[in-house]
Amino acid sequence: MIYREAGQFKTSYASDQAIFPIAQDRAVVLLALAAAFVGPPLLATEYWLQAILIPLLIYSLAAIGLNLLTGYAGQLSLGTGGFMAVGAYAAFKLTTAFPQVSIVLVFLLSGLVAAGVGLVFGIPSLRIKGFYLAVATLASQFFLVWLFNKVAWFSNYASSGTITAPDRAVLGVTVTGPSATASARYLTALALVTVFALVAKNLVRGRVGRSWMAIRDRDIAAEIIGVRPLRTKLLAFGISSFYCGVAGAELVFLYLGSAETQAFDIGLSFLILFMVIIGGRGSILGSVLGAVFIVLVPIFLTNAPHALGLRLPVALQKQIELMVFGGLIVFFLIVEPRGLARLWQITKEKLRLWPFPH
Amino acid sequence: MNARTLLTMALAAAVAAGPAVTTALAAGEMFVPLLVYRTGPYAPNGIPLANGFNDYFNLINDRDGGVNGVRIAFEECETQYDTKQGVECYERLKGRSPVLVNPFSTGITYQLIPKAPGDKIVVHSSGYGMTASADGRWFPWVFNFPMTYWSQASAFVKYVAQQEGGTDKLKGKKIVHVYHNSPYGKEANPTLETLARDLGFELTLLAVDHPGQEQKATWLQVRRLNPAWIYVSGWGVMNQVAVKEAAAIGFPMDHVVGNWWTGTEADVVPAGEGAKGYKSMTFHAPGHGFKVHQDIFKHVYDKGKGAAKREDVGEVLYNRSIINAMLDTEAMRLAMTRFGNKPLTGEQLRWGMENLNVTEKRLEELGMKGMLRPLRMTCENHEGNGTAAVQQWDGKKWTIISDWIEPMRDVVRPKLEAAAIEEAKKLGYAMRDCAKEK
Repeated sequence: MIYREAGQFKTSYASDQAIFPIAQDRAVVLLALAAAFVGPPLLATEYWLQAILIPLLIYSLAAIGLNLLTGYAGQLSLGTGGFMAVGAYAAFKLTTAFPQVSIVLVFLLSGLVAAGVGLVFGIPSLRIKGFYLAVATLASQFFLVWLFNKVAWFSNYASSGTITAPDRAVLGVTVTGPSATASARYLTALALVTVFALVAKNLVRGRVGRSWMAIRDRDIAAEIIGVRPLRTKLLAFGISSFYCGVAGAELVFLYLGSAETQAFDIGLSFLILFMVIIGGRGSILGSVLGAVFIVLVPIFLTNAPHALGLRLPVALQKQIELMVFGGLIVFFLIVEPRGLARLWQITKEKLRLWPFPH
Repeated sequence: MNARTLLTMALAAAVAAGPAVTTALAAGEMFVPLLVYRTGPYAPNGIPLANGFNDYFNLINDRDGGVNGVRIAFEECETQYDTKQGVECYERLKGRSPVLVNPFSTGITYQLIPKAPGDKIVVHSSGYGMTASADGRWFPWVFNFPMTYWSQASAFVKYVAQQEGGTDKLKGKKIVHVYHNSPYGKEANPTLETLARDLGFELTLLAVDHPGQEQKATWLQVRRLNPAWIYVSGWGVMNQVAVKEAAAIGFPMDHVVGNWWTGTEADVVPAGEGAKGYKSMTFHAPGHGFKVHQDIFKHVYDKGKGAAKREDVGEVLYNRSIINAMLDTEAMRLAMTRFGNKPLTGEQLRWGMENLNVTEKRLEELGMKGMLRPLRMTCENHEGNGTAAVQQWDGKKWTIISDWIEPMRDVVRPKLEAAAIEEAKKLGYAMRDCAKEK
């Protein structure tokens, strides 16, 4: 009743090609965005911002990046952690070498560095597919992390190998480093995610995205209709790594403040991959929903017994959390293999018929 | 479709409920968060540490009614020795307005150091953490007494020199450092490198990646090098694997010396007979033969409130943890002599930490006579005047086999001050003038 596009006529190509062709969608998205920009900085506690919302945004960005590669172009990758590490270390080196350069520009440049590395590691994708490609990208994960650990130059010869985010300001407001407020860091992360999500959404709707999907669905057929596999696959690797690189830089600069290579280990690659699978392969919204699921559910499970007044030993609580979380993932994949994005889609379809489903 | 609806609703509930409420603090209490790890690959070491803290705080609360009447409230949060989870714990427990945090992990300490001045929470990394933070002029909020990794490494080299019959005998000797490939494991490297240059021994650094269950390649290299001494900086499951591997290649165990995080019961027992003779550094005595243990048995275990199994009281890491807790409560006590017997603020406790002076007499009153050496802090020196010793595993128990070894402060301190400037510069700190502090 409320969600029905009857009466909304498209009179131009532009309106027909809009990202959200339905007026209600547009309104909801704009309202949600406005709420995200205004609400948390005013209402949320520092714990919410620092421990939940900021990592949520950063993981969303990384998941969008991986979704472009795995969900849209069909190239399974386990190198996400490595590419994020490239972004983080590149940002650290750039901003310590050129402190006067704006940190936003540094993030973008470090994304480009990560894209370059991604291109190199994407080359094997021309010959190997599926699980074998996953193993090949696994090599990049281990190699990159090993490299940053081994070569002290990357951490400016810090004896501990830790990189620390220095204070950097955007438009006079400190957004990174220890003196930046959680709100400032949150808004920076949110702005970056918003812009990049928009770019990704447009990418996948256009020629590039269609050629990715063609390659994903049947590469030989795609080649026959004129999609060049070399360019298309490498482009997917490059752009995906760019996103991951920016997310990696944000992980250190906006969330952790200081980090070592351990923060980018194989566990991170799996985490991002789970976000993509649970959120929904081939969906930008799914990437964000997947990140919400992976970040929030464990925290909820940790706090649930406490909120119910149950005083469990922490070890038991952690083990319960791991078991329930694992169980949820399995349950979830059985009930809805196409991810959270599909659930959202079904909800929307139902809403269109509501309240007269027949 | 029912399952789907259920799922959607469950998800919505989870997201909406999110992180739950925090318990309010009763009046007249001070809150200390405990970032523990009782699960995961570091649990063998995390469990005794966590138990010691629980028992000592329970002892203080039940025997004395708190520190000068101010009870200590504490809550555990599981970090799995993972920095991201550690930071989440810290942020969550910050809601209960703590004034002191013991991160129990060098990685998490690195995360918390930049936050400390803003949050006004004292960071006490007792025998771990960032070595450079021992310069109190640059890092007023961070304390790593009784000793730093660098002092410890220098004490190890001194011990080796003693065993070899003089510092000049070190020339040309091969020493291998097997370390956990993390900020923690790397901490000792600069000091070992400096000393290798100065004293002429050949140092080889061998990294073991997290979590350290796979070390075959490392020990193959050790066998090829055939060093005179091995220094191990391990943690968690890495420790027992290292001890087992050293025994497996037939290396003389009395020439393998762990740092003080690589020498507790859990590290040597799994290696069985092979671990006999293995040594490690320490800064306190092992065993449960001290008066404080009798008090813990009487006031905590006999009431069924003990955190550990009775027979595990007195393990090396358990003792370290009660010493850590004792130093914290002594600092509170000292701060209360100046600021009154009421819950302290972060600033006040910081003053207490900085002026802490644990004398021989005080140790006797605490029931810890002979367990550790007296300790004294100053504004400049946040590592204090701690000394190290070497303990050896005889197959059944740890025994201290060396005298107290004074670290090479003349070598360590200048390096430490230089590193402090470097690290402080990264954080944009200014040096304070200790002459003006009172």
